[in-house]
Amino acid sequence: MSAGARTTAATAAPARSPLRLSVPLTVLAFLVLTLLPLWTERRVLNDLFGVLTLFALAQYWNLLAGYAGLVSIGQHAYVGIGAYVLFAAGIFLGLDPLTGILLAGIAAAALSVPAGLFIFRLGGAYFAVATWVAAEIFRLLAARITPLGGGAGTSLPPSVMELLPGVVEIRHLFGVPTGAARDIVLYWTALALAAFALWMSWALLRSRPGLALAAVRDDERAAAGLGVDVRAVKFLVHVFAAFGAGATGALIFLDIGRISPAAAFSVLDWTAYVIFVVVLGGFGRLEGPLLGAVLFFVLEKAFADYGSWYLMALGLLGVLVMLFAPHGLWGWLERRFALEWFATRRVPPASAVPPYDSRSSTQREGRSP
Amino acid sequence: MSEQVLLRVEGLSKSFGSVPAARSVDLAVHRGEALGIIGPNGAGKSTLFGLIAGDVRPDAGRIVFDGRDITRDPPHRRCRAGIARSWQIPRPFVHLSVYENVLVGAYFGAGLRGREAERAALAALADTGMDRLADRPAGSLTILQRKRLELARALATRPRLLLLDEIAGGLTEAECVELVELIRGLHAQGLTVVWVEHVVHALLAVVQRLVVLDFGELIAEGEPAPVMADPRVQEVYLGIHLE
Repeated sequence: MSAGARTTAATAAPARSPLRLSVPLTVLAFLVLTLLPLWTERRVLNDLFGVLTLFALAQYWNLLAGYAGLVSIGQHAYVGIGAYVLFAAGIFLGLDPLTGILLAGIAAAALSVPAGLFIFRLGGAYFAVATWVAAEIFRLLAARITPLGGGAGTSLPPSVMELLPGVVEIRHLFGVPTGAARDIVLYWTALALAAFALWMSWALLRSRPGLALAAVRDDERAAAGLGVDVRAVKFLVHVFAAFGAGATGALIFLDIGRISPAAAFSVLDWTAYVIFVVVLGGFGRLEGPLLGAVLFFVLEKAFADYGSWYLMALGLLGVLVMLFAPHGLWGWLERRFALEWFATRRVPPASAVPPYDSRSSTQREGRSP
Repeated sequence: MSEQVLLRVEGLSKSFGSVPAARSVDLAVHRGEALGIIGPNGAGKSTLFGLIAGDVRPDAGRIVFDGRDITRDPPHRRCRAGIARSWQIPRPFVHLSVYENVLVGAYFGAGLRGREAERAALAALADTGMDRLADRPAGSLTILQRKRLELARALATRPRLLLLDEIAGGLTEAECVELVELIRGLHAQGLTVVWVEHVVHALLAVVQRLVVLDFGELIAEGEPAPVMADPRVQEVYLGIHLE
């Protein structure tokens, strides 16, 4: 038995985890991105704003679909809710936009609870359809809010934008006009939200509930048979993903400066592209959305001028990736080179290896029923 | 009497469409016993396990574990109450390491935390001879290793009742002997075992009592030798030799 184990161990080594390198490199990348406004022009920051917010949305959808097996096609519901809550908080309550973003996340999470109680009754394809139906309901409700312009929507009053913290300080510090200073604050907020999405997902996956989530990803029935409350784990992820989509949606529409039900609850912009990014980068992999968002951005920059041909090529690329690399480009890299950038693997404590027969029957019987 | 019964199944029935997989099955499993279940393919053995572990909802009947009615409990609650199972076709978490697979059971089945859970996981790996493979991705294991991992995960939940579903199937004779030794050892430590098996000689090396299922019905029950000699059982098992 042990001889056989040793020979197979040699052929299939555990995934390499360059943790010692990947954490400092990730922190370094974060620092470079933080200091970027010092030397780059506004256009680059605006582009990166798009990449960062898309990445955040993709990371939350990946947690939902890639890990919890909840293939939602209605995440635009929470993007829209977030956007509307931000505008309402600014216009009616006079709250500054950053507080508004936090409030938007909390509101989206709160509304995801009753929505979840409804859609969690359904399984498989019905679940996916129900998420879309729920998003439609939220869109129609948003169109009924006449103080926010009803079906036509409304613009964010300049008075709310003026409440954005840090703008005055940055204007003085960098010596730039107000508009550019605002873009820097929005860019930093996007960077913070993206870092939060990545760091929280990583911390979650390394935690105790994260192990349950990873087990659910691989085999739901086996997880349930080992004591994992699969429904509770899924609900937790559903609420967390709604929080993330809500906060990110609020930031996106703070930047746009105008909401309407059609734009804020757009299935194409906030769900379809997001799914494409995850499929392209890597489904059920922490690294996937990051790679996917960057690739998508590069593709768009290079080929968007080709119009509908570009969109058809995107669709074809999506199909090809699904056929030949079902776990996305990162999944393929991971298999090919045994790579792991964000290691979540738990290693047994070397000091705690017990002697062979340490477990007694009293230990086993000692548990309360 | 009732304190000696760990699991009682009363009038349990389940049909898939018009095909009955369990027909009013009555069964009692005593504390510390090793019970074997045999029967031809499609006799309802795995369905019975599904009913006990909670994956399959019964059409009628009652399941009482340790004096408590668990008929309506979901699988994870039954596991936490002390019922652990191994799957006929192993279901490892393929992207997790062997150690992490077992840790799932220690965390959520046994309800342990931190160091205690880590120790329980390592102990379960050691008990099943899987400790050297702790760091390996579970997706890269051989069939015997996968079966051992099923057992290790189940043990990490600190079960009081262990349900083994055809764990000896597909193994070589030497591997089978090893496995029998392992299960015999667990039973000797006081664990109650219910074992469904096609490899009858492996089963008879461990169990004290035998139950025979056919078309979802319990057709014989008792000590292994008389049960195997029963004409009805011989008829059902025509072609399978008793060693």
